Amino acid sequence: MNPILTSHDLCLWYGQTQALKNISLDIPERSITALIGPSGCGKSTFLKTLNRMNDLIPGVKITGEVRYRGEDIYAPGQDVSALRREVGMVFQKPNPFPMSIYDNVAYGPRTHRVKGRAKLDEIVEQALRGAAIWDEVKDRLRKNALGLSGGQQQRLCIARALAVEPKVLLMDEPTSALDPISTSRVEELALELKERYTIVIVTHNMQQALRISDRTAFFLLGELVEAGATEDVFSQPRDKRTEDYITGRFG
Amino acid sequence: MRSKFDEEMSLLHRELTRMGALCEEAIALTAKALDGERALAGKVPALESEIDQAERDIETLCLKLLLRQQPVAGDLRQVSAALKMITDLERIGDQASDISDIVCAIEGVSRGIAQRLHAMAQATIHMVTASIDAYVCQDAERAKNVILLDDAIDNAFQEIKIALVERIAQNPELGEYALDQLMIAKYFERIGDHAANVAEWVVFAVIGVHKGEGL
Repeated sequence: MNPILTSHDLCLWYGQTQALKNISLDIPERSITALIGPSGCGKSTFLKTLNRMNDLIPGVKITGEVRYRGEDIYAPGQDVSALRREVGMVFQKPNPFPMSIYDNVAYGPRTHRVKGRAKLDEIVEQALRGAAIWDEVKDRLRKNALGLSGGQQQRLCIARALAVEPKVLLMDEPTSALDPISTSRVEELALELKERYTIVIVTHNMQQALRISDRTAFFLLGELVEAGATEDVFSQPRDKRTEDYITGRFG
Repeated sequence: MRSKFDEEMSLLHRELTRMGALCEEAIALTAKALDGERALAGKVPALESEIDQAERDIETLCLKLLLRQQPVAGDLRQVSAALKMITDLERIGDQASDISDIVCAIEGVSRGIAQRLHAMAQATIHMVTASIDAYVCQDAERAKNVILLDDAIDNAFQEIKIALVERIAQNPELGEYALDQLMIAKYFERIGDHAANVAEWVVFAVIGVHKGEGL
């Protein structure tokens, strides 16, 4: 499978502290890649480098490269908002805007100057259907999004990300605040979405990585210890540190 | 969580060792019955029931471990290998019992054949002991050596078969008696196969490769 995103020798420092050490990883297109590792291992930091969520923070220094469809996203003159339209993000805690369900989803397209009621309606419906929440909200699109349950809010956030038609979805522990039923909805959704999108997901839930991901990358102390097909990593890890982590010997 | 898991894994190891020991004992009793102490054959069915019970207990333990601990990597291999091993151990118990049934029904085995059957019995006992030891010590090399021993048992079966064919040719009236003895040899040969299977799963538990293939 062709990688849609590749990082090569990527290092990142927060001030004096090195958070990522020479990370080289390919993200294959239309697949789910899970990033696992103990807290502070660098997995979320790495996720954020994929759509430049952290290089604009003061004190952050990045070396090495990240390529999206072969193009270096850190090259001078790259348009960050164009990149983020292609590479969207869903966060750990559902963070709908305090506005209507409709406006939440229409927010991105409006920012990207999509005009015309009919066009927007179509985009909103498609995004909500894509996030498997249309049937639950179609009769109350004008209601405030904050009235939705946590699981619905998270799927709304996924719909909001889908509305700008990205190619890649970055998910940072998207189900850690959800109950088991909402979690399984989001997992099923991820599996449906990989037909059309590439998904990179940070998760602390090993079983979730096993259930939904095609590939798994294990991070430890800022290093990428091991990456491979999920079934291989969880049945026969190559590195003892991976085995120790996934079997609960540390972390 | 891990200490509870380790505790249950060592319980699994102990139970498997116990089931292996019961199988060894069943084979040893049939061997002694073949050597002349026929009354011992009568003790095998009770052992077989114990082996069946051990299979159910270990199965329950493994399913509980899978459900509650959701093991991965080496842990998952340990539990899944145990689940496969007990099927073979249970068959070993059945076959030892089948041998003891025949021993009760016939008037001893002919000389020459007895010696060979004795050797087969000793070799299978060794295979069972060594494969369980290899599992508990997580020693893939030892398990691989067990697998190699199966060839000698297969050869012993072939030799017995040839010898018995000759006897039938010489004394056709002893045909049924010869076939009973051939059945005994065949059961020992099958016990060897099952012991080799156990060893194959030990190799899988340790290095993740079963009969030369990954998961």
